Amino acid sequence: MRTAFIQTLIELAREDDRITFITGDLGFTVVEPFMEQFPRQFINAGVAEQNMMGMAAGMALSGKVVFTYSIANFPTLRCLEQIRNDVCYHGANVKVVAVGGGLAYGAMGFTHHATEELGIMRMLPGLVVVAPGDPQEARMATRAAAKYDGPCYLRIGKAGETEVHKKPVDFQLGKAIQMRDGEDLTLIANGGLLKTAAEVAEHLSAEGIHARVLSMHTLKPLDQDAVLAAARETRAIVTLEEHSVIGGLGSAVAEVLAEADDVKAAFRRVGLASGFLSAIGNQEYLHEQHGLTPAAILKQIAPILAATARPTSGRVLVSASRT
Amino acid sequence: MNPLSDVPTAEIALRIRKHCVTMTHRAGTSHIGSCLSAADILAVLYGRILNVDADQPSMPHRDRFILSKGHACAALYAVLAERGFFPLSVLDTYCRNGSQLAGHATHNVPGVELSTGSLGHGLPVGIGMALTGKRDGKSQRFFCLLSDGECDEGSIWESALFARHHRLDNLIVIIDYNKIQSFGRVEDVMDLNPLADKWRAFGWAVREIDGHDLKEIQDALLQVPYEPQRPSCLIAHTVKGKGVSFMEDKLLWHYRSPRGDEFQQAMKELEQCK
Repeated sequence: MRTAFIQTLIELAREDDRITFITGDLGFTVVEPFMEQFPRQFINAGVAEQNMMGMAAGMALSGKVVFTYSIANFPTLRCLEQIRNDVCYHGANVKVVAVGGGLAYGAMGFTHHATEELGIMRMLPGLVVVAPGDPQEARMATRAAAKYDGPCYLRIGKAGETEVHKKPVDFQLGKAIQMRDGEDLTLIANGGLLKTAAEVAEHLSAEGIHARVLSMHTLKPLDQDAVLAAARETRAIVTLEEHSVIGGLGSAVAEVLAEADDVKAAFRRVGLASGFLSAIGNQEYLHEQHGLTPAAILKQIAPILAATARPTSGRVLVSASRT
Repeated sequence: MNPLSDVPTAEIALRIRKHCVTMTHRAGTSHIGSCLSAADILAVLYGRILNVDADQPSMPHRDRFILSKGHACAALYAVLAERGFFPLSVLDTYCRNGSQLAGHATHNVPGVELSTGSLGHGLPVGIGMALTGKRDGKSQRFFCLLSDGECDEGSIWESALFARHHRLDNLIVIIDYNKIQSFGRVEDVMDLNPLADKWRAFGWAVREIDGHDLKEIQDALLQVPYEPQRPSCLIAHTVKGKGVSFMEDKLLWHYRSPRGDEFQQAMKELEQCK
Protein backbone atom coordinates (compact mmCIF):
# COMPACT_ATOMS: atom_id res chain seq x y z
CA MET A 1 0.00 0.00 0.00
CA ARG A 2 2.80 2.44 0.67
CA THR A 3 4.11 2.10 -2.89
CA ALA A 4 0.58 2.73 -4.15
CA PHE A 5 0.44 5.79 -1.94
CA ILE A 6 3.76 7.27 -3.11
CA GLN A 7 3.06 6.58 -6.78
CA THR A 8 -0.29 8.28 -6.49
CA LEU A 9 1.25 11.22 -4.65
CA ILE A 10 3.80 11.62 -7.47
CA GLU A 11 0.96 11.78 -10.01
CA LEU A 12 -0.83 14.31 -7.84
CA ALA A 13 2.27 16.47 -7.36
CA ARG A 14 2.73 16.56 -11.10
CA GLU A 15 -0.80 17.91 -11.49
CA ASP A 16 -0.70 20.34 -8.57
CA ASP A 17 2.39 22.11 -7.30
CA ARG A 18 0.69 22.94 -4.01
CA ILE A 19 1.13 19.29 -3.00
CA THR A 20 3.82 19.24 -0.29
CA PHE A 21 5.24 16.12 1.33
CA ILE A 22 6.84 16.23 4.76
CA THR A 23 8.48 13.12 6.18
CA GLY A 24 9.65 12.58 9.72
CA ASP A 25 12.98 11.19 8.50
CA LEU A 26 11.44 7.97 7.18
CA GLY A 27 10.75 6.41 3.80
CA PHE A 28 14.13 4.97 2.81
CA THR A 29 13.83 3.31 -0.64
CA VAL A 30 10.20 4.35 -0.81
CA VAL A 31 10.09 8.11 -0.90
CA GLU A 32 13.15 8.87 -3.04
CA PRO A 33 11.23 9.07 -6.34
CA PHE A 34 9.08 11.88 -4.93
CA MET A 35 12.08 13.66 -3.46
CA GLU A 36 14.03 13.45 -6.71
CA GLN A 37 11.20 14.63 -8.95
CA PHE A 38 9.81 17.34 -6.69
CA PRO A 39 12.62 18.66 -4.48
CA ARG A 40 10.81 21.94 -3.87
CA GLN A 41 7.72 20.10 -2.70
CA PHE A 42 9.60 17.79 -0.34
CA ILE A 43 10.76 18.36 3.23
CA ASN A 44 12.47 16.06 5.69
CA ALA A 45 11.52 17.37 9.12
CA GLY A 46 13.86 15.04 10.94
CA VAL A 47 12.83 13.02 13.99
CA ALA A 48 10.73 15.90 15.31
CA GLU A 49 7.05 15.19 14.89
CA GLN A 50 5.62 18.09 16.88
CA ASN A 51 7.50 20.57 14.74
CA MET A 52 6.58 18.57 11.64
CA MET A 53 2.87 18.76 12.35
CA GLY A 54 2.89 22.43 13.40
CA MET A 55 4.86 23.25 10.29
CA ALA A 56 2.39 21.27 8.17
CA ALA A 57 -0.42 23.41 9.57
CA GLY A 58 1.55 26.59 8.85
CA MET A 59 2.20 25.52 5.26
CA ALA A 60 -1.41 24.54 4.73
CA LEU A 61 -2.55 27.88 6.13
CA SER A 62 -0.22 29.43 3.55
CA GLY A 63 -1.96 27.66 0.68
CA LYS A 64 -0.23 24.31 0.37
CA VAL A 65 -1.83 20.86 0.29
CA VAL A 66 0.31 19.06 2.83
CA PHE A 67 0.91 15.35 3.39
CA THR A 68 2.86 14.39 6.51
CA TYR A 69 4.39 10.93 6.59
CA SER A 70 5.76 8.66 9.23
CA ILE A 71 5.14 5.17 10.58
CA ALA A 72 3.08 3.50 13.29
CA ASN A 73 2.03 6.03 15.95
CA PHE A 74 4.70 8.62 15.26
CA PRO A 75 2.70 10.92 12.99
CA THR A 76 -0.36 10.76 15.25
CA LEU A 77 0.13 10.09 18.93
CA ARG A 78 3.50 11.85 19.12
CA CYS A 79 1.96 15.10 17.89
CA LEU A 80 -1.67 14.60 18.82
CA GLU A 81 -2.21 18.06 20.24
CA GLN A 82 -0.75 19.64 17.11
CA ILE A 83 -3.22 17.66 14.99
CA ARG A 84 -6.06 18.77 17.26
CA ASN A 85 -5.20 22.44 17.80
CA ASP A 86 -3.15 23.45 14.78
CA VAL A 87 -4.60 21.25 12.05
CA CYS A 88 -8.19 20.37 12.96
CA TYR A 89 -9.15 23.53 14.81
CA HIS A 90 -7.97 25.65 11.88
CA GLY A 91 -9.39 23.30 9.23
CA ALA A 92 -5.89 23.19 7.79
CA ASN A 93 -5.50 21.17 4.60
CA VAL A 94 -3.18 18.58 6.07
CA LYS A 95 -3.31 14.81 5.39
CA VAL A 96 -1.59 12.80 8.09
CA VAL A 97 -0.26 9.54 6.66
CA ALA A 98 0.81 6.62 8.79
CA VAL A 99 2.48 3.62 7.19
CA GLY A 100 2.38 0.36 9.11
CA GLY A 101 -1.04 0.64 10.65
CA GLY A 102 -2.19 -2.20 12.84
CA LEU A 103 0.31 -5.00 13.31
CA ALA A 104 2.10 -4.49 10.00
CA TYR A 105 5.45 -3.96 11.75
CA GLY A 106 5.08 -7.38 13.34
CA ALA A 107 8.22 -8.43 15.15
CA MET A 108 9.38 -4.85 15.60
CA GLY A 109 7.18 -4.89 18.70
CA PHE A 110 4.60 -2.87 20.59
CA THR A 111 6.13 0.58 20.05
CA HIS A 112 5.62 0.03 16.31
CA HIS A 113 2.06 -1.29 16.44
CA ALA A 114 -0.64 1.24 15.66
CA THR A 115 -3.55 -0.36 17.45
CA GLU A 116 -5.33 2.45 19.27
CA GLU A 117 -4.79 5.40 17.00
CA LEU A 118 -7.81 4.99 14.75
CA GLY A 119 -10.03 5.36 17.78
CA ILE A 120 -8.12 8.37 19.00
CA MET A 121 -8.12 10.06 15.59
CA ARG A 122 -11.83 9.34 15.22
CA MET A 123 -12.51 11.56 18.20
CA LEU A 124 -10.88 14.65 16.75
CA PRO A 125 -13.45 17.08 15.36
CA GLY A 126 -13.13 17.85 11.68
CA LEU A 127 -10.80 14.98 10.82
CA VAL A 128 -11.67 12.49 8.07
CA VAL A 129 -10.26 9.06 9.02
CA VAL A 130 -9.53 6.41 6.38
CA ALA A 131 -7.98 2.94 6.63
CA PRO A 132 -7.82 1.49 3.08
CA GLY A 133 -7.85 -2.28 2.83
CA ASP A 134 -5.73 -2.90 -0.26
CA PRO A 135 -3.45 -1.09 -2.71
CA GLN A 136 -6.32 -0.08 -4.98
CA GLU A 137 -8.18 1.49 -2.04
CA ALA A 138 -4.92 3.14 -0.95
CA ARG A 139 -4.46 4.75 -4.36
CA MET A 140 -8.01 5.98 -4.47
CA ALA A 141 -7.97 7.14 -0.85
CA THR A 142 -4.84 9.18 -1.53
CA ARG A 143 -6.50 10.87 -4.49
CA ALA A 144 -9.69 11.46 -2.54
CA ALA A 145 -7.77 12.87 0.41
CA ALA A 146 -5.85 15.27 -1.84
CA LYS A 147 -9.06 16.45 -3.47
CA TYR A 148 -10.86 16.89 -0.13
CA ASP A 149 -10.26 20.35 1.31
CA GLY A 150 -9.59 19.67 4.97
CA PRO A 151 -7.79 17.51 7.53
CA CYS A 152 -7.52 13.77 6.88
CA TYR A 153 -5.84 10.79 8.50
CA LEU A 154 -4.80 8.06 6.10
CA ARG A 155 -3.68 4.82 7.73
CA ILE A 156 -2.08 2.40 5.30
CA GLY A 157 -0.30 -0.93 5.56
CA LYS A 158 3.17 -1.57 4.27
CA ALA A 159 4.45 -3.23 1.16
CA GLY A 160 3.34 -6.35 -0.60
CA GLU A 161 -0.32 -6.55 0.30
CA THR A 162 -2.57 -8.35 -2.16
CA GLU A 163 -5.31 -6.63 -4.08
CA VAL A 164 -8.50 -7.69 -2.31
CA HIS A 165 -10.84 -6.13 -4.86
CA LYS A 166 -10.51 -8.14 -8.05
CA LYS A 167 -11.82 -5.34 -10.21
CA PRO A 168 -11.88 -1.54 -10.14
CA VAL A 169 -14.13 -0.11 -7.44
CA ASP A 170 -16.00 3.14 -7.09
CA PHE A 171 -14.25 4.78 -4.16
CA GLN A 172 -15.79 7.70 -2.34
CA LEU A 173 -14.85 8.98 1.09
CA GLY A 174 -17.60 8.11 3.53
CA LYS A 175 -19.18 5.40 1.36
CA ALA A 176 -18.69 1.73 2.20
CA ILE A 177 -17.92 -0.60 -0.71
CA GLN A 178 -20.13 -3.67 -0.82
CA MET A 179 -17.92 -6.53 -1.93
CA ARG A 180 -20.50 -9.25 -1.82
CA ASP A 181 -24.10 -9.46 -0.75
CA GLY A 182 -25.82 -11.87 1.57
CA GLU A 183 -28.54 -11.95 4.20
CA ASP A 184 -27.22 -14.23 6.90
CA LEU A 185 -24.76 -11.77 8.34
CA THR A 186 -22.64 -8.77 7.46
CA LEU A 187 -18.91 -8.54 7.87
CA ILE A 188 -17.68 -4.96 8.11
CA ALA A 189 -13.93 -4.53 7.85
CA ASN A 190 -11.19 -2.07 7.04
CA GLY A 191 -7.41 -1.89 6.76
CA GLY A 192 -5.41 -5.05 7.37
CA LEU A 193 -8.46 -7.25 7.98
CA LEU A 194 -10.31 -6.51 4.74
CA LYS A 195 -8.59 -9.46 3.14
CA THR A 196 -9.47 -11.62 6.14
CA ALA A 197 -13.12 -10.61 5.91
CA ALA A 198 -13.19 -11.67 2.26
CA GLU A 199 -11.69 -15.05 3.20
CA VAL A 200 -14.12 -15.57 6.05
CA ALA A 201 -17.02 -14.86 3.69
CA GLU A 202 -15.61 -17.35 1.18
CA HIS A 203 -15.43 -20.08 3.85
CA LEU A 204 -18.96 -19.36 5.04
CA SER A 205 -20.26 -19.47 1.50
CA ALA A 206 -18.93 -23.00 1.14
CA GLU A 207 -21.00 -23.87 4.21
CA GLY A 208 -24.10 -22.35 2.70
CA ILE A 209 -23.95 -19.22 4.86
CA HIS A 210 -24.11 -16.05 2.86
CA ALA A 211 -22.35 -13.03 4.24
CA ARG A 212 -22.55 -9.46 3.02
CA VAL A 213 -19.08 -7.93 3.10
CA LEU A 214 -18.59 -4.20 3.45
CA SER A 215 -15.27 -2.45 3.12
CA MET A 216 -15.75 0.40 5.57
CA HIS A 217 -12.55 2.16 4.52
CA THR A 218 -13.72 5.48 5.94
CA LEU A 219 -14.05 5.28 9.67
CA LYS A 220 -15.18 8.85 9.85
CA PRO A 221 -17.56 9.89 8.46
CA LEU A 222 -18.92 6.36 8.90
CA ASP A 223 -21.39 5.17 6.25
CA GLN A 224 -24.29 4.96 8.69
CA ASP A 225 -26.78 4.12 5.95
CA ALA A 226 -24.80 1.04 5.01
CA VAL A 227 -24.65 -0.04 8.65
CA LEU A 228 -28.38 0.43 9.16
CA ALA A 229 -29.21 -1.36 5.91
CA ALA A 230 -27.04 -4.26 7.02
CA ALA A 231 -28.80 -4.31 10.39
CA ARG A 232 -32.20 -4.44 8.74
CA GLU A 233 -31.40 -6.76 5.87
CA THR A 234 -29.06 -9.27 7.52
CA ARG A 235 -29.30 -11.07 10.84
CA ALA A 236 -25.94 -10.31 12.41
CA ILE A 237 -23.16 -7.77 12.09
CA VAL A 238 -19.54 -8.56 12.81
CA THR A 239 -16.85 -5.90 12.62
CA LEU A 240 -13.24 -6.85 11.90
CA GLU A 241 -10.34 -4.52 12.58
CA GLU A 242 -6.61 -4.76 13.13
CA HIS A 243 -7.06 -2.41 16.05
CA SER A 244 -8.33 -2.43 19.60
CA VAL A 245 -11.99 -3.33 19.95
CA ILE A 246 -12.24 -0.15 22.00
CA GLY A 247 -12.86 3.00 20.07
CA GLY A 248 -12.37 1.98 16.45
CA LEU A 249 -14.56 0.47 13.77
CA GLY A 250 -16.45 -1.83 16.13
CA SER A 251 -17.27 0.99 18.50
CA ALA A 252 -18.30 3.30 15.67
CA VAL A 253 -20.70 0.68 14.29
CA ALA A 254 -21.98 -0.14 17.79
CA GLU A 255 -22.84 3.52 18.33
CA VAL A 256 -25.01 3.54 15.23
CA LEU A 257 -26.73 0.27 16.11
CA ALA A 258 -27.35 1.21 19.72
CA GLU A 259 -29.13 4.41 18.78
CA ALA A 260 -31.16 3.01 15.88
CA ASP A 261 -34.80 2.25 16.42
CA ASP A 262 -35.49 -0.93 14.55
CA VAL A 263 -32.36 -3.00 14.78
CA LYS A 264 -32.72 -6.69 15.51
CA ALA A 265 -29.36 -7.84 14.19
CA ALA A 266 -26.95 -9.39 16.65
CA PHE A 267 -23.59 -7.71 16.87
CA ARG A 268 -20.01 -8.68 17.69
CA ARG A 269 -16.70 -6.88 17.48
CA VAL A 270 -13.62 -8.77 16.35
CA GLY A 271 -10.28 -7.11 16.90
CA LEU A 272 -7.55 -6.87 19.47
CA ALA A 273 -8.50 -7.12 23.09
CA SER A 274 -7.14 -4.10 24.87
CA GLY A 275 -3.77 -4.87 26.35
CA PHE A 276 -0.11 -5.29 25.64
CA LEU A 277 0.58 -8.03 23.15
CA SER A 278 3.15 -10.29 24.68
CA ALA A 279 3.64 -12.45 21.59
CA ILE A 280 6.48 -11.56 19.26
CA GLY A 281 6.44 -12.42 15.58
CA ASN A 282 5.43 -11.31 12.13
CA GLN A 283 2.01 -9.96 11.28
CA GLU A 284 0.56 -13.37 10.37
CA TYR A 285 1.92 -14.93 13.53
CA LEU A 286 0.45 -12.12 15.61
CA HIS A 287 -2.88 -12.68 13.88
CA GLU A 288 -2.70 -16.33 14.91
CA GLN A 289 -1.81 -15.44 18.48
CA HIS A 290 -4.61 -12.93 18.78
CA GLY A 291 -7.50 -14.59 17.04
CA LEU A 292 -7.43 -12.62 13.81
CA THR A 293 -6.99 -15.46 11.30
CA PRO A 294 -10.01 -16.60 9.25
CA ALA A 295 -10.08 -19.87 11.24
CA ALA A 296 -10.05 -18.12 14.57
CA ILE A 297 -12.68 -15.66 13.47
CA LEU A 298 -14.97 -18.40 12.18
CA LYS A 299 -14.70 -20.08 15.55
CA GLN A 300 -15.34 -16.81 17.36
CA ILE A 301 -18.48 -16.05 15.40
CA ALA A 302 -19.92 -19.58 15.39
CA PRO A 303 -22.13 -18.85 18.42
CA ILE A 304 -23.61 -15.75 16.84
CA LEU A 305 -24.28 -17.65 13.65
CA ALA A 306 -25.94 -20.40 15.63
CA ALA A 307 -28.05 -17.93 17.53
CA THR A 308 -29.22 -16.18 14.40
CA ALA A 309 -29.59 -19.20 12.12
CA ARG A 310 -32.89 -19.49 10.39
CA PRO A 311 -34.70 -22.50 11.92
CA THR A 312 -35.98 -23.95 8.64
CA SER A 313 -32.83 -23.52 6.61
CA GLY A 314 -31.59 -27.06 7.15
CA ARG A 315 -28.07 -25.93 6.51
CA VAL A 316 -25.08 -27.24 8.35
CA LEU A 317 -23.65 -24.83 10.87
CA VAL A 318 -20.01 -24.05 10.35
CA SER A 319 -17.63 -26.39 12.09
CA ALA A 320 -14.42 -24.81 13.21
CA SER A 321 -12.50 -28.08 13.05
CA ARG A 322 -12.99 -28.28 9.32
CA THR A 323 -11.32 -24.98 8.57
CA MET B 1 -2.64 52.57 6.18
CA ASN B 2 -1.60 52.55 9.83
CA PRO B 3 -3.62 54.73 12.24
CA LEU B 4 -0.85 54.28 14.80
CA SER B 5 2.01 55.54 12.66
CA ASP B 6 1.77 59.06 14.12
CA VAL B 7 1.04 57.95 17.66
CA PRO B 8 4.15 57.87 19.88
CA THR B 9 4.98 54.26 20.79
CA ALA B 10 4.89 55.20 24.49
CA GLU B 11 1.29 56.24 24.03
CA ILE B 12 0.44 53.02 22.16
CA ALA B 13 2.00 50.98 24.96
CA LEU B 14 0.07 52.94 27.57
CA ARG B 15 -3.20 52.34 25.75
CA ILE B 16 -2.42 48.61 25.61
CA ARG B 17 -1.73 48.54 29.35
CA LYS B 18 -4.90 50.40 30.23
CA HIS B 19 -7.00 48.14 28.01
CA CYS B 20 -5.46 45.00 29.52
CA VAL B 21 -6.09 46.10 33.10
CA THR B 22 -9.66 47.06 32.23
CA MET B 23 -10.40 43.91 30.24
CA THR B 24 -9.07 41.52 32.86
CA HIS B 25 -10.85 43.39 35.62
CA ARG B 26 -14.17 43.39 33.83
CA ALA B 27 -13.97 39.73 32.92
CA GLY B 28 -12.52 38.56 36.21
CA THR B 29 -9.68 36.86 34.36
CA SER B 30 -5.94 37.29 34.61
CA HIS B 31 -2.60 36.65 32.94
CA ILE B 32 -2.31 40.41 33.44
CA GLY B 33 1.38 40.10 34.42
CA SER B 34 2.07 38.32 31.12
CA CYS B 35 0.21 40.99 29.13
CA LEU B 36 1.97 43.93 30.75
CA SER B 37 5.44 42.48 30.15
CA ALA B 38 4.68 42.26 26.41
CA ALA B 39 2.99 45.65 26.00
CA ASP B 40 6.01 47.61 24.77
CA ILE B 41 7.02 44.92 22.29
CA LEU B 42 3.50 44.81 20.82
CA ALA B 43 3.32 48.61 20.69
CA VAL B 44 6.42 48.77 18.52
CA LEU B 45 5.47 45.77 16.35
CA TYR B 46 2.04 47.09 15.45
CA GLY B 47 2.99 50.75 15.66
CA ARG B 48 6.08 50.73 13.53
CA ILE B 49 7.17 47.36 12.18
CA LEU B 50 4.53 44.99 10.81
CA ASN B 51 3.36 45.30 7.24
CA VAL B 52 -0.29 44.50 7.89
CA ASP B 53 -3.52 46.17 6.81
CA ALA B 54 -6.54 46.28 9.10
CA ASP B 55 -8.79 46.75 6.06
CA GLN B 56 -7.40 43.60 4.49
CA PRO B 57 -6.54 41.23 7.32
CA SER B 58 -5.84 38.44 4.82
CA MET B 59 -3.68 40.56 2.54
CA PRO B 60 -1.33 38.18 0.74
CA HIS B 61 2.39 38.53 1.52
CA ARG B 62 1.67 40.49 4.68
CA ASP B 63 4.02 40.18 7.64
CA ARG B 64 2.75 37.62 10.12
CA PHE B 65 2.84 37.89 13.88
CA ILE B 66 2.05 34.83 15.98
CA LEU B 67 1.45 35.21 19.69
CA SER B 68 2.79 31.83 20.72
CA LYS B 69 2.32 32.84 24.36
CA GLY B 70 -1.41 32.87 23.69
CA HIS B 71 -2.37 33.60 27.27
CA ALA B 72 -1.26 37.22 26.74
CA CYS B 73 -4.05 37.64 24.21
CA ALA B 74 -5.63 40.62 25.99
CA ALA B 75 -2.59 42.65 24.94
CA LEU B 76 -2.85 41.41 21.36
CA TYR B 77 -6.55 42.16 21.16
CA ALA B 78 -5.88 45.64 22.57
CA VAL B 79 -3.25 46.52 19.99
CA LEU B 80 -5.28 45.00 17.13
CA ALA B 81 -8.25 47.15 18.10
CA GLU B 82 -6.03 50.23 18.32
CA ARG B 83 -4.63 49.37 14.89
CA GLY B 84 -8.18 49.23 13.52
CA PHE B 85 -8.81 45.51 12.99
CA PHE B 86 -12.06 45.76 14.94
CA PRO B 87 -13.86 48.38 17.03
CA LEU B 88 -12.49 49.23 20.46
CA SER B 89 -15.90 48.52 21.94
CA VAL B 90 -15.41 44.80 21.23
CA LEU B 91 -12.72 44.79 23.92
CA ASP B 92 -15.47 45.34 26.49
CA THR B 93 -16.77 41.86 25.74
CA TYR B 94 -13.48 40.07 26.46
CA CYS B 95 -14.18 36.62 27.99
CA ARG B 96 -17.82 37.48 28.60
CA ASN B 97 -20.59 35.10 27.59
CA GLY B 98 -21.22 35.37 23.85
CA SER B 99 -17.96 37.22 23.17
CA GLN B 100 -15.75 36.80 20.12
CA LEU B 101 -12.73 37.23 22.37
CA ALA B 102 -11.67 34.13 24.30
CA GLY B 103 -9.08 34.02 27.05
CA HIS B 104 -6.45 32.71 24.65
CA ALA B 105 -5.83 34.03 21.15
CA THR B 106 -8.26 32.66 18.58
CA HIS B 107 -8.16 32.87 14.81
CA ASN B 108 -11.76 33.99 14.44
CA VAL B 109 -10.65 37.45 15.54
CA PRO B 110 -9.57 39.74 12.66
CA GLY B 111 -5.81 40.16 12.75
CA VAL B 112 -5.10 37.04 14.81
CA GLU B 113 -3.07 34.65 12.65
CA LEU B 114 -3.33 31.52 14.79
CA SER B 115 -5.25 30.14 17.74
CA THR B 116 -2.75 29.53 20.51
CA GLY B 117 -2.90 28.79 24.20
CA SER B 118 -1.00 25.56 24.48
CA LEU B 119 2.64 26.63 24.68
CA GLY B 120 5.07 25.49 22.06
CA HIS B 121 2.60 25.44 19.17
CA GLY B 122 3.03 28.89 17.66
CA LEU B 123 6.65 28.60 16.59
CA PRO B 124 6.35 25.40 14.50
CA VAL B 125 3.35 26.87 12.69
CA GLY B 126 5.31 30.09 12.13
CA ILE B 127 8.12 28.00 10.71
CA GLY B 128 5.74 26.40 8.23
CA MET B 129 4.61 29.83 7.12
CA ALA B 130 8.18 31.15 6.94
CA LEU B 131 9.36 28.13 4.97
CA THR B 132 6.53 28.59 2.50
CA GLY B 133 7.38 32.28 2.20
CA LYS B 134 11.01 31.47 1.55
CA ARG B 135 10.32 28.75 -1.00
CA ASP B 136 7.84 30.93 -2.81
CA GLY B 137 10.35 33.79 -2.89
CA LYS B 138 8.27 36.27 -0.93
CA SER B 139 9.73 39.14 1.09
CA GLN B 140 7.36 38.99 4.05
CA ARG B 141 8.65 38.52 7.61
CA PHE B 142 7.40 36.14 10.26
CA PHE B 143 7.47 37.17 13.92
CA CYS B 144 6.74 34.88 16.83
CA LEU B 145 6.51 35.97 20.48
CA LEU B 146 7.40 33.28 23.00
CA SER B 147 7.31 33.28 26.75
CA ASP B 148 10.26 32.14 28.85
CA GLY B 149 8.34 29.24 30.38
CA GLU B 150 7.42 28.23 26.85
CA CYS B 151 11.12 27.54 26.22
CA ASP B 152 10.71 24.49 28.48
CA GLU B 153 8.66 22.85 25.70
CA GLY B 154 10.58 20.38 23.57
CA SER B 155 8.77 21.48 20.44
CA ILE B 156 10.48 24.88 20.67
CA TRP B 157 13.86 23.22 20.35
CA GLU B 158 12.71 21.01 17.49
CA SER B 159 11.74 24.22 15.77
CA ALA B 160 15.02 25.91 16.64
CA LEU B 161 16.96 23.08 14.96
CA PHE B 162 14.78 23.16 11.88
CA ALA B 163 14.75 26.91 11.37
CA ARG B 164 18.53 27.17 11.39
CA HIS B 165 19.00 24.12 9.15
CA HIS B 166 16.64 25.58 6.60
CA ARG B 167 18.15 29.07 6.85
CA LEU B 168 14.91 30.81 7.68
CA ASP B 169 16.25 34.35 7.91
CA ASN B 170 12.73 35.65 7.37
CA LEU B 171 11.81 34.34 10.84
CA ILE B 172 12.20 36.37 14.02
CA VAL B 173 11.56 34.91 17.45
CA ILE B 174 11.06 37.40 20.28
CA ILE B 175 11.26 36.04 23.80
CA ASP B 176 9.37 37.93 26.50
CA TYR B 177 11.89 37.03 29.20
CA ASN B 178 10.09 38.24 32.31
CA LYS B 179 11.80 35.69 34.58
CA ILE B 180 8.62 34.28 36.14
CA GLN B 181 6.70 31.30 34.80
CA SER B 182 3.54 29.78 36.17
CA PHE B 183 4.62 28.24 39.43
CA GLY B 184 7.77 30.06 40.30
CA ARG B 185 10.72 32.05 39.05
CA VAL B 186 12.34 30.65 35.95
CA GLU B 187 15.68 30.29 37.72
CA ASP B 188 14.02 28.15 40.40
CA VAL B 189 11.81 25.98 38.20
CA MET B 190 13.95 25.30 35.14
CA ASP B 191 16.80 27.73 34.75
CA LEU B 192 17.12 28.84 31.15
CA ASN B 193 20.43 30.65 31.57
CA PRO B 194 22.46 31.13 29.60
CA LEU B 195 19.48 31.65 27.27
CA ALA B 196 21.21 33.65 24.57
CA ASP B 197 24.00 31.06 24.40
CA LYS B 198 21.45 28.31 23.89
CA TRP B 199 19.85 29.99 20.88
CA ARG B 200 23.30 30.84 19.50
CA ALA B 201 24.35 27.22 19.91
CA PHE B 202 21.31 26.27 17.85
CA GLY B 203 22.67 28.54 15.13
CA TRP B 204 20.41 31.56 15.53
CA ALA B 205 21.56 35.17 15.36
CA VAL B 206 20.79 36.53 18.82
CA ARG B 207 20.37 40.02 20.28
CA GLU B 208 19.40 40.99 23.81
CA ILE B 209 17.60 44.18 24.77
CA ASP B 210 15.71 45.88 27.55
CA GLY B 211 12.18 44.82 26.61
CA HIS B 212 10.73 48.06 28.01
CA ASP B 213 13.03 50.48 26.20
CA LEU B 214 10.95 51.46 23.20
CA LYS B 215 13.90 52.83 21.25
CA GLU B 216 15.92 49.66 21.82
CA ILE B 217 12.95 47.55 20.75
CA GLN B 218 12.38 49.55 17.60
CA ASP B 219 16.05 49.64 16.62
CA ALA B 220 16.33 45.89 17.18
CA LEU B 221 13.22 45.07 15.15
CA LEU B 222 14.25 47.34 12.30
CA GLN B 223 17.55 45.53 11.96
CA VAL B 224 16.23 42.01 11.31
CA PRO B 225 17.54 39.70 10.00
CA TYR B 226 20.59 40.00 12.18
CA GLU B 227 22.62 37.73 9.96
CA PRO B 228 21.90 36.39 6.50
CA GLN B 229 20.99 32.70 6.31
CA ARG B 230 20.17 32.57 10.02
CA PRO B 231 16.86 32.98 11.85
CA SER B 232 16.85 35.85 14.38
CA CYS B 233 16.21 35.61 18.11
CA LEU B 234 15.54 38.77 20.09
CA ILE B 235 15.67 38.19 23.83
CA ALA B 236 13.73 40.98 25.49
CA HIS B 237 14.48 41.29 29.19
CA THR B 238 11.19 42.31 30.74
CA VAL B 239 9.37 42.55 34.04
CA LYS B 240 6.21 40.62 34.62
CA GLY B 241 3.44 43.13 35.40
CA LYS B 242 5.49 46.07 34.13
CA GLY B 243 3.71 49.40 34.44
CA VAL B 244 1.71 48.77 37.59
CA SER B 245 3.98 49.02 40.61
CA PHE B 246 2.28 46.44 42.83
CA MET B 247 2.08 43.90 40.00
CA GLU B 248 5.71 44.09 38.95
CA ASP B 249 7.84 40.97 39.23
CA LYS B 250 5.18 38.98 41.10
CA LEU B 251 3.95 35.45 40.33
CA LEU B 252 0.60 36.33 41.89
CA TRP B 253 -0.32 38.53 38.92
CA HIS B 254 -0.10 35.62 36.54
CA TYR B 255 -3.33 34.48 38.20
CA ARG B 256 -5.00 37.30 40.05
CA SER B 257 -7.59 39.50 38.48
CA PRO B 258 -7.43 43.16 39.51
CA ARG B 259 -10.49 43.84 41.66
CA GLY B 260 -12.09 47.00 43.02
CA ASP B 261 -9.31 48.93 44.74
CA GLU B 262 -6.58 47.16 42.82
CA PHE B 263 -8.19 48.10 39.55
CA GLN B 264 -8.60 51.74 40.63
CA GLN B 265 -5.02 51.92 41.85
CA ALA B 266 -3.65 50.36 38.67
CA MET B 267 -5.58 52.73 36.41
CA LYS B 268 -4.51 55.70 38.54
CA GLU B 269 -0.85 54.77 38.12
CA LEU B 270 -1.27 54.32 34.38
CA GLU B 271 -3.12 57.64 34.02
CA GLN B 272 -0.18 59.37 35.66
CA CYS B 273 2.13 57.98 33.00
CA LYS B 274 1.31 60.67 30.42
